[in-house]
Amino acid sequence: MSIGNGQSAGTPLATQDTRSVTGHPTTGSPATRVLGIIVLLCLPLVLWLSFVATPPDAVQGESVRLLYVHVPSVTVAYVACFVTFVASIMWLWKRSEWWDLVGSSAAEIGSVFTALTLVSGMIWGQITWGTAWEWDPRLTSTLFLFLLLVGYQALRAASPDRSSRSRRSAVIGLLLVPNILIVNRSVQWWRSLHQDATLFRTDLDFRIEGLMLFTWMFTTAVGMVLLVWLLFHRFRVGWLANRVEERQLSEAVAARRAEATP
Amino acid sequence: MSTWAWVITGWIITVVVVVAYVGLVLQRGRSLSRQVPPEEQRWM
Repeated sequence: MSIGNGQSAGTPLATQDTRSVTGHPTTGSPATRVLGIIVLLCLPLVLWLSFVATPPDAVQGESVRLLYVHVPSVTVAYVACFVTFVASIMWLWKRSEWWDLVGSSAAEIGSVFTALTLVSGMIWGQITWGTAWEWDPRLTSTLFLFLLLVGYQALRAASPDRSSRSRRSAVIGLLLVPNILIVNRSVQWWRSLHQDATLFRTDLDFRIEGLMLFTWMFTTAVGMVLLVWLLFHRFRVGWLANRVEERQLSEAVAARRAEATP
Repeated sequence: MSTWAWVITGWIITVVVVVAYVGLVLQRGRSLSRQVPPEEQRWM
């Protein structure tokens, strides 16, 4: 299949009929329907574990229940940023539409979940610290990550040419993982209000266990399934948008030629 | 606001934003699918 820069994009994620059981065209497929059903079936369990089954924390009290949505949000955001980072490297190497769409799809999802991370973290901070925002290293670097992702989207929206759009956004995509490393290490590198790592500790002294640990892991796993489901759909939306863009460009060129013909 | 009110607010914001984003992506997909021939939108 032909793309803007003249290279083949292959046949990404394409082998079966796209029409849903109702006959309407969609971006769904059997695989995405299975993933969507898994997420929907797990949601009641996520709510039950987060609000009923787990006890209040000995130190944080009931506010720990916010962390069952805050930690999965930030994990999904980090993974989405990592996907964008890898896709940006691959686009700069291969220059294919496939990698551009993977990167931009993951970046959009990452920006949504980074925003949710900031909001849920601010609410948790309001309860625990008595303030929603401090210019703390962890909070500030997370805000910077969010601004990078917004900049990524804005740059794509502002570039009408597909090749320059892909190149510029790929360069921003390269900054995401270094920024995440700064976010992750900020609580150790600088004096921070945000607490130290709870799970991924070098001394293996985990700060959480039992049902609370399981709830954390389970909600994060559901978030990962949701991320994969969103990636499939958002990729296909981008793929369709490129086809519509190509068609509109062809029609505009044909109309201009028709006008020029005496 | 009580701690529970903050916790519920945080969860509601998260669920509403995720549901809205999912709806937006699906709606964009449906809208674009109508403008592209079926042979160009065959998903795995």
